[in-house]
Amino acid sequence: MDSIVQALPTLLTFLPLLGVIALLLSERTNGTLHRRLGIGFTLPPLALAVWMFVKQVLANTSLTWTHAFDWFYIPLPQGSWTFQYMMQIDGLSLVFIMLTCLITTMATIASHSIHERTRAYYSLILLLQVGMLGVFSAFNLFLFFIFFEITLISMYFLIGIWGFLHKEKAANYFLLYNGLGSGFLLFAMIGLLMLAESLNYDDIANAITALVQQLELLPPEVGLMVWGVFGSLMIAFAIKLPIFPFHTWMLKVHVEAPTPIVMIHSGVLLKMGAYGMIRFGYGFFPTFMQEIAFTLAIVGVISILYGALLAIVESELKKVLAYSSISHMGIVLIGLGAINETGLKGAVFQSISHGLISALLFYLVGRLYQRTQTTQFNELGGLAKSMPVFSGILMVGVLALLGLPGTSGFISEFFAFLALFASKPIVAAIGTLGLIFAAFYALRIVLKVSFGPIADKHMHLSDLRFNESIPMLILVVVIIMIGISPAVLSYPIDSVLHTLITQIGGQ
Amino acid sequence: MGTYLLDFDWTVMAPELVIVITAALLTILDLILKEKHSYPVTKFLSIWAVGLAGYFVITGWGDSSYQILADTYRVDPFSLLFKGIFLLGTLFILLFSFAKKRINEYYYLLLTALLGAMMMVSAADLITLYVGLELLSISSYILVGIQKRKKQANEAAWKYMILGGASSAFILYGMSFLYGLSGSTNLYVIQQAVQEGLTSGYGAFVYLSFALIIIGFGFKISTAPFHTWAPDVYQGAQAPITTFLASISKAAGFALMLRVLILAFSPLFTTGDWERLVSPLLLTLAALSMIVGNTVALKQTNAKRLMAYSSIAQAGYLLVPLATMGMLLFPSMAFYLIVYIMMVIAAFVIVEQVTDATGDDDIRAFAGLYQRSPLLSLIMTVLLISLAGLPITAGFVGKVLLISNAIYTQHFVITFIMIATTVISYYYYFGIIRQIYFRSPANQNPIPIRWEQGLILGVSIAMVLGLGLFPGYLIQFLGEVDWGSAFQMATNSGR
Repeated sequence: MDSIVQALPTLLTFLPLLGVIALLLSERTNGTLHRRLGIGFTLPPLALAVWMFVKQVLANTSLTWTHAFDWFYIPLPQGSWTFQYMMQIDGLSLVFIMLTCLITTMATIASHSIHERTRAYYSLILLLQVGMLGVFSAFNLFLFFIFFEITLISMYFLIGIWGFLHKEKAANYFLLYNGLGSGFLLFAMIGLLMLAESLNYDDIANAITALVQQLELLPPEVGLMVWGVFGSLMIAFAIKLPIFPFHTWMLKVHVEAPTPIVMIHSGVLLKMGAYGMIRFGYGFFPTFMQEIAFTLAIVGVISILYGALLAIVESELKKVLAYSSISHMGIVLIGLGAINETGLKGAVFQSISHGLISALLFYLVGRLYQRTQTTQFNELGGLAKSMPVFSGILMVGVLALLGLPGTSGFISEFFAFLALFASKPIVAAIGTLGLIFAAFYALRIVLKVSFGPIADKHMHLSDLRFNESIPMLILVVVIIMIGISPAVLSYPIDSVLHTLITQIGGQ
Repeated sequence: MGTYLLDFDWTVMAPELVIVITAALLTILDLILKEKHSYPVTKFLSIWAVGLAGYFVITGWGDSSYQILADTYRVDPFSLLFKGIFLLGTLFILLFSFAKKRINEYYYLLLTALLGAMMMVSAADLITLYVGLELLSISSYILVGIQKRKKQANEAAWKYMILGGASSAFILYGMSFLYGLSGSTNLYVIQQAVQEGLTSGYGAFVYLSFALIIIGFGFKISTAPFHTWAPDVYQGAQAPITTFLASISKAAGFALMLRVLILAFSPLFTTGDWERLVSPLLLTLAALSMIVGNTVALKQTNAKRLMAYSSIAQAGYLLVPLATMGMLLFPSMAFYLIVYIMMVIAAFVIVEQVTDATGDDDIRAFAGLYQRSPLLSLIMTVLLISLAGLPITAGFVGKVLLISNAIYTQHFVITFIMIATTVISYYYYFGIIRQIYFRSPANQNPIPIRWEQGLILGVSIAMVLGLGLFPGYLIQFLGEVDWGSAFQMATNSGR
């Protein structure tokens, strides 16, 4: 039993691989079976994650599960570089893992409309899940990078094969932009290997702290190197998040990828950027984060306003949601830029909350597109008449998007802005304009889709079936649960964030 | 003291002798046998020779370095390792060649080319070195043009021979200055003479000689701007020969460069000229290769030409450790070379089979391959991902080693170029993947794969994935090889 508990992070991460094997062994044409296997094999990691989460909340302290052994080493003339296989799940990882498991299950359920090459489709989703779970549970940068690239490769196929009209172009954009990001990450990884001679997170953190303390005494190249590594990490995750000038790829993916994949992309993959900034930015370079805090806050506000303004003028539903994602990721940034515990909490909350909300909304978009074959605002309207259940859930999702109290969206934005007002009130004041814009574009979605005149061809659309609305309702419940009782989410993360922030206070 | 030929311990040359004898035997057989096309006995003999030579290399591993033939030929860990690599690669190329009927000359020319490569890595003397180089080159010229009725092959052979000859002339000219300085062709004596030449005002000759030799080697390993022959030759030659040029021939070029530069020109390190002149020169070549190879590859539609540009870019990556030196120089170069050879051979096997079965040289031939042969597509995907340097493949680990070495020696510009061009290369490697998965096939017929090719693919994929997940074994092995011994006079030379 002990050995199983010890290997828990590994077990959790690689569980979906069993599904891949089962799918590969299954009959090639049996789409229903593939779907069942696909959904079925996302459940064990979900169950495991829930079990860990419950255990964590009951324990009321931050639990960690660690699995480590020596993987390989590179002999050098003096000593050697050891690469450890180290997987560790702490509170911060756990909430992201929960998000990943939940959204992957929802996305597989949402894949009703995939009828071609189903075996490959579900295999790739499960592989993507392995990558995402690995990203959040790796505790060694080399492993992190490997899982990071696994998500990249599987996403490339998922977009390129099952996407909409311009899928290949979108897949290429995705590949090249994210490839660029991984290039920066690769540089940072090897740079850190040189500086710390190990790639385990805690070793790196200790080595960098020691370096930064005596930076004046060391030759200037070392300082340059440390800054270069830090900058590369930040750019890599800024592309992933994405932050304002690096966002074009993400629009293409949102519009062209199949909607279940967008659920995962917008729900989890973008959050890897936030996770990376917290884990590596704050974890390794706390003092540097403090130095660029103002820039982060400014860029965050620009992202909020830019995303929100374009979301207001766009006339296509998927694009509106894509721009709103940019805007919401801006809120993550201002949380990070606040440099206090509340701000970090806001950033994590916003990541989780937006993950859930955007998954819900893109699920709705997928169902809508299947019925109407369009997501253009000017061809939609009045659907509240023919699809009341759909419109109802859409309303909830949109209200969560604009941050109505009682939903997770509110509490996240509240934390982030509260923290920023405490440290940088003027920037925060400008940023709050974004909330007004958010209300504007969010309600516009409801107005254009649910209300107004209905087109004749949409008069007799079938409403959501029961089995379609179940996953949405689960998402809605989670969103409201976090909104009403944020403690659920803050239990696991509090102590981790506290440790991160004391590094800055205790310098 | 007189040493006689029989005083030498000839067993250290057993691998070479096996190859020589077999090549000679095959030549005689060719005269006796009536059919011009390969008999099973030809195939069997050549495989047997390569296998036996491999056996001798393995049993000789671990012995201390040894010099014979008046210090012109040395057997040390460095040369044994490279011989092992060449023999393994040639074994695969032979298996690859069995897919089609080939004339008898083909097999013994392949063996003599291999012999040339093996001599190159063992040479401690300019004459031996040059003979090895020419043996490899001349055999390759003929092999490229062996389909004498094919126009493209003729063009390729001509181009290769003329440019190859010119590059040999450059090398020879460069060597003549070294001889002029030292009065000897022995690399160790030359090392002394270069040292003295640099301190006593003959530096100009050293630089001139160095530049000429680099230009010549640049042709052989196809770095930009000396790469122009590669695409045409790769396109015109038969696939196994192209593979030989891209793998064994290139690896031999790198091994030779390592030996000559670090041995004959090592005094440049002490005077600081390496940092000031040599390193920037090599870095420029590396950067040009990476940039030209990777950007021109973007526009290629012919599969073999695409692979040619890819191999130019890969030569650029491999030049980086040579230019920067550093403690991971040998392990990183050897690791990447081994992995690269495995990837490139397997990739060419698939390219050949697919273009053959589709009757189209274009990368369009790969369209919808996934629906025709799913397993083959998966293998090709892993190979391409490895060539692009993405995890979980050996190509990724190799690239991490190369970049580690570059960053460790604080060469950030070349690191940047390497990473940036790698990202660019995703586009064309994934261009083939796009064809395989995103397009629809011309027909539904599966691609025929013979058992020999299956074997090659199986071994390569096992190595690419195995070394991607557990690189430790090979890295550790390479890290513990006594590389330094390659650059010191062996103490027990002769007997």
